[in-house]
Amino acid sequence: MTDTTTAKPVPVTVLTGYLGAGKTTLLNRILSESHGKKYAVIVNEFGEIGIDNDLIVESDEEIYEMNNGCVCCTVRGDLIRVVEGLMRRPGRFDGIIVETTGLADPVPVAQTFFMDDDVRAKTELDAVVALVDAKHLPLRLKDSREAEDQIAFADVVVINKTDLVTPEELAQIEDVVRAINPGARIYKTSRSGVDLAKVLNQGAFNLERALENDPQFLEHGHEDHVCGPDCDHDHGHHHHGHDHHHHDHDHHHHHDHDHGHHHQAPSPIHDVTVKSISLRGGEMNPERFFPWIQKITQTDGPNILRLKGIIAFKGDEERYVVQGVHMIVEGDHQRPWKDGEKRESRLVFIGRNLDVEKIEKSFKACEATQA
Amino acid sequence: MPTVAPLDLEGHIVATHFLGEIPLFASAAGTIHRLDGGEKVTEAHEGLLTCIRDPYSATLITGGEDGKVLRIAHDGSVTQLAEAPRKWINVVAGGPQGAVAYAHGRTSFVRLADGTTREFSEQRTVEGIAFAPKGLRIAVARYNGVTLHWVGTNGAPVDLDWKGAHTGVTFSPDGRFLVTTMQENALHGWKLDGKPGEARHMRMTGYPAKVKSLSWSVKGKWLASSGAPAAIVWPFSAKDGPMGKAPLEVGTRANIMVTQVAFHPAEEVLAIGFVDGMILGVRIADGKEALLRRPGKGAITGLSWSATGKLLAFSSEAGDCGVIDISA
Repeated sequence: MTDTTTAKPVPVTVLTGYLGAGKTTLLNRILSESHGKKYAVIVNEFGEIGIDNDLIVESDEEIYEMNNGCVCCTVRGDLIRVVEGLMRRPGRFDGIIVETTGLADPVPVAQTFFMDDDVRAKTELDAVVALVDAKHLPLRLKDSREAEDQIAFADVVVINKTDLVTPEELAQIEDVVRAINPGARIYKTSRSGVDLAKVLNQGAFNLERALENDPQFLEHGHEDHVCGPDCDHDHGHHHHGHDHHHHDHDHHHHHDHDHGHHHQAPSPIHDVTVKSISLRGGEMNPERFFPWIQKITQTDGPNILRLKGIIAFKGDEERYVVQGVHMIVEGDHQRPWKDGEKRESRLVFIGRNLDVEKIEKSFKACEATQA
Repeated sequence: MPTVAPLDLEGHIVATHFLGEIPLFASAAGTIHRLDGGEKVTEAHEGLLTCIRDPYSATLITGGEDGKVLRIAHDGSVTQLAEAPRKWINVVAGGPQGAVAYAHGRTSFVRLADGTTREFSEQRTVEGIAFAPKGLRIAVARYNGVTLHWVGTNGAPVDLDWKGAHTGVTFSPDGRFLVTTMQENALHGWKLDGKPGEARHMRMTGYPAKVKSLSWSVKGKWLASSGAPAAIVWPFSAKDGPMGKAPLEVGTRANIMVTQVAFHPAEEVLAIGFVDGMILGVRIADGKEALLRRPGKGAITGLSWSATGKLLAFSSEAGDCGVIDISA
């Protein structure tokens, strides 16, 4: 219609991570290195950002619950206003970066880009990037749920400060991250030196683009991904027995979670409370699938951090992609199925207290072959 | 058809206001353009976020990305009223005796004509601010309600609570009602002159989009609002305002959203600006419509009548602005 409404949405990168994880160093790199792009940065405090840039906006984190009866529908009210202001002059920058406070829950930030019509008309969530301090992650996970949430919710996890830990410790950290979020892309670096091309403009939150970039994205057993905590096969070479850990192991060993059938905990340094469920099925009956996903996100929404999937509907020539955050679910046709491509449905839930058996069973019941 | 004198400006124009018979246009980049025997430009802000007309004087009050609060006169001269370095000033309001209110973060400020400033700490980020029509009193819209402060005394603030995020606030011209726009697609109102115990909430819902523009008719009989493919006009003349009454829907178009509304200064005639740049004039009494401007390049962001009500200035997010002469 008009230039402003047909303009390509501006990509937004959300940067999470605990105090000391290296967010400011990474931001300073993004703002100072010559990569030919300009970014507007929304921060909670100017703090240590050493670059004089008129596109750094300080904003007080304001979490607003939506008045729609949905307990987990929260948005960042301050972001709505700042993004509106920035987008009046979109020619000034190529993308927006939102830095959250260390303790922040990434969900309201992400939901803002789904739930506010003005924001979603002009911007697009590109990726949620979590920075993790390799040295202090075990301690962070021990004393806060947010640290785990940030990893669980991320599309990209950057394990930083790898020079401060031994290769064995680093391997453990990587295992923990993969146990929490098997689908995330993981990069290891020191001094926030990750290749910016792997962090910015990823299209990772957009499932359609993520699938184009990485067709194996939802594949269980993808060689870059390890199994979640409920997988009971051997957890591979990174794991060390419980008897030769580094010195602070004992501090973390007082958990009394029942690990049941596990041969070993997913990680010796942290009992993760987030788990992922990978579902796989045949062609689905849309008249069963849609009510099912609606119901499950309504009843289990507060426990679902992310869900992503590709669904094959019987009689439908196109792949259907679906994704969600808590109670919000979105879906759309992506592209026609290719010749010889197996028409199957795959769906991944990342969350807490999810009833695997119930979800698996009810998912299967949506198959078109079921009576 | 009325004649349109176009004014093509660069970029997003945030608002337009008449000061007397001179129309001024405020760009998001921070320039103020005025048509005063030809186009004249004033550099005001490095990034302008809000521009209102002071209801108590023939000046504009603006807030910007540069943290400045400015007063701009009809001749384009600029007076700096306040500066908060590195803060964005999103909300400003003009009050009696030269008072100006503004806010950033969780603090609201009232600057008096003598330069003294009163500061009020708020529970949550200030999203909207307005002066009451009588007395030196402000209303501050925030998450979960509105807070009222008397500026001249040290009395305790009054909290009007209603769940949800309130993004803007306005008093009715007679001061009997307070209305907020919300993050949800709704307005909320409070009857301020009710007896204790009397129901005083007004829920005005049913909008398909967020309401961003409100306008009171002369004497406050009607409150017009954007947020639908028609202007939604609530009746406020009864003792209880619009409670139990349906609003009028005027200037209805299929699926084309109204973005701005502005009542005529003397008549019950409403100017309605749409997302496609079209502008209609509608008489409330019978709903009769007149096309004032055909669709343009972008959404209408501002509408303002001249003091005599013969000229209507409009601004757009694509920069295609102008002045409509309805007496032609």
